[in-house]
Amino acid sequence: MIEMAPSLALLVLVAVLVGAGVVLVLERSLSRIVIGSGLITYGVNMLFLLAGGRAGLPPIIGQSEVDEMADPLPQAMVLTAIVIGLALTAFILAMSYRSWQLNGNDEVQDDREDRRIAIDAARDVVSDRVTDDSGATLDEQAATVYDETEDMPGAEVDDR
Amino acid sequence: MNAADWEWVLGIPVLVPFVGAALTLLLAGRHTAQRIVSFAALGIVLLDAALIVRLSLDGPVTLDVGGWSAPVGITLVADRLSALMLLVSVFVTLCVLVYSATQDLGETMKLPLAVYQPTFLVLSAGVSNAFLTGDLFNLYVGFEILLVASFVLITLGGTRDRMRSGAVYVVVSLVSSVVFLVALAAVYAATGTVNMAQLAIRLPQIDPGAAHVIQVLLLVAFGVKAAVFPLSAWLPDSYPTAPAPVTAVFAGLLTKVGIYAIIRTQTLLFPDSELNGALLLVGLATMVVGILGAVAQNDIKRLLSFTLVSHIGFMLWGVGIGSDAGLAAAIFYTAHHIIVQTALFLVSGLMERVGGSTSLVKLGGLLRTWPLLAALYLIPALNLGGVPPLSGFVAKTGLIRASALAGGALDWTLVAGGLVTSLLTLYALLRAWNMAFWQPSSEHVDRPRVPATMTGSTAALVAASLALTVFAGPIYRYADEASRELSGLSAYVLAVLPDAERGTGESHTETEDGASAMPTPEAVAPLPTPTQEAGPR
Repeated sequence: MIEMAPSLALLVLVAVLVGAGVVLVLERSLSRIVIGSGLITYGVNMLFLLAGGRAGLPPIIGQSEVDEMADPLPQAMVLTAIVIGLALTAFILAMSYRSWQLNGNDEVQDDREDRRIAIDAARDVVSDRVTDDSGATLDEQAATVYDETEDMPGAEVDDR
Repeated sequence: MNAADWEWVLGIPVLVPFVGAALTLLLAGRHTAQRIVSFAALGIVLLDAALIVRLSLDGPVTLDVGGWSAPVGITLVADRLSALMLLVSVFVTLCVLVYSATQDLGETMKLPLAVYQPTFLVLSAGVSNAFLTGDLFNLYVGFEILLVASFVLITLGGTRDRMRSGAVYVVVSLVSSVVFLVALAAVYAATGTVNMAQLAIRLPQIDPGAAHVIQVLLLVAFGVKAAVFPLSAWLPDSYPTAPAPVTAVFAGLLTKVGIYAIIRTQTLLFPDSELNGALLLVGLATMVVGILGAVAQNDIKRLLSFTLVSHIGFMLWGVGIGSDAGLAAAIFYTAHHIIVQTALFLVSGLMERVGGSTSLVKLGGLLRTWPLLAALYLIPALNLGGVPPLSGFVAKTGLIRASALAGGALDWTLVAGGLVTSLLTLYALLRAWNMAFWQPSSEHVDRPRVPATMTGSTAALVAASLALTVFAGPIYRYADEASRELSGLSAYVLAVLPDAERGTGESHTETEDGASAMPTPEAVAPLPTPTQEAGPR
């Protein structure tokens, strides 16, 4: 019987590939994302091969015994996945080139709505739905705040 | 009609659009010829889909692609659910193609190739493949085909806006595909097969912990594609920038393929799932959070994108109930939603063309300019909100009834959430109607000439949604039967694997006199590798 347990070295390789890929995909630049996605895809392809079972002889009837054959199905599936991965890599590369043409860099731009909210926040624009807010900044509010101690007996009542 | 003689029709929805795509690529530069080929291809598929629906009434139909039998080869299966989804999706695709026929989508630009028509056909092939496949890995392939086509369509023309939204869309899709692939690896490691019928037999036999991991991985992968709430942030940002017909077909089909995959795997592979409660909660969150996003929008396309996310929650609700009644309602809801949401996006395209903007603040007075458009918007809007007697009302009543039958505290919470969401949907869509059609326009706009194909196909979709209302009885019964078929599952398994667990293990190559060529004994041995003689011709 052939050894069934997957090889630890290959598993560690999968972990390293996927881990490095995730770090790269979290970057802003599309060309790094390409490399990262490539690493993740290959890590997962490797995982798929590992999951497909033990290594073995070529699965050709007449050339090797059935018990010693490798399972050809995961290999066929990984081949398909590799082809798909190639197509996606090509597409993202084209996108990053186009992005460089347009913007002079290939960075992923902010979500439009996120940017609008961020700009509004920076300008300190208050949404017009909030009616009980005067629109004053915190410092202005602090300057006009009503001081309770002035209201104590004997103090002149400030009639604002 | 003997189903065995007709199994070849299952191949057509995948093959013909691919052939059409190749032809349209060859015909690049000759727009009329390109369009004729596209219409012919999708027309054939539509007729074929109707035939498949007819065939599926007598039980699931299967086609072993290339003559390789089930557990080894790729099988296409059409049961009632697949057939219905296929018919509705092809109809919608054809309508959108007609809608876009007179628009210029980069075809006259100085590009080496006119990509719109071929890509559109490839998208259709991918969607059909995902609906028909009986094999998890082929489902992955179907997803990738439609995703790659959608990448091209969403970045059509390569403008700055589309590159920005496309980048997010591509990377998110890629990550979800990788999660799907990991799930496939886990499935194969745990069970040694990716054939769904065989998985239905084997998954209950493996360690429940491992089965749970697989289930969660699959749900996450499909959840991203279906834009289920915590995984839906990419959708409202990427869909609105694409051209109207592209957004319409995406909204109608792509998320529904995710929902279809969830329904298929949850019913076939994980019946009596312990995750139904979680599905219900996620569905509730999707409904409520999505519609709150829609209420806050001032752009009609973004608003519709958020309602799309929100209404995915209704379908999850149906799946999460876990009963036949819930599934039937979810199936009916999916068919209804594909048509209605696509119609709304097409109308928003018309509004953009007539009013010159998608911003509700800038639009105005369209009612006076073009009353028909107001009606075309209002009918699907009311339908989406679930106003009786339209089909949305039928679907929502079905969901509420199924929840009431289940009767738990969580079920009643879902009912409340669903009602609130419906009201808010109505509010958001009618507010948009008021702003775009009713409020006086700031300046007088002349109505530009709108091609009859655009109005006509939109009207056809609206009419289809009304037909769904008129024939709600028979269609609901069909959905009911479909859900019973799904929870029965033995019919599906037997159709794919006639000899139960192992399948026949033989690839049937029929000789001239009709007798099946018997495979050699080695071919049926533990690793079923058919020999040369038994293989496909």
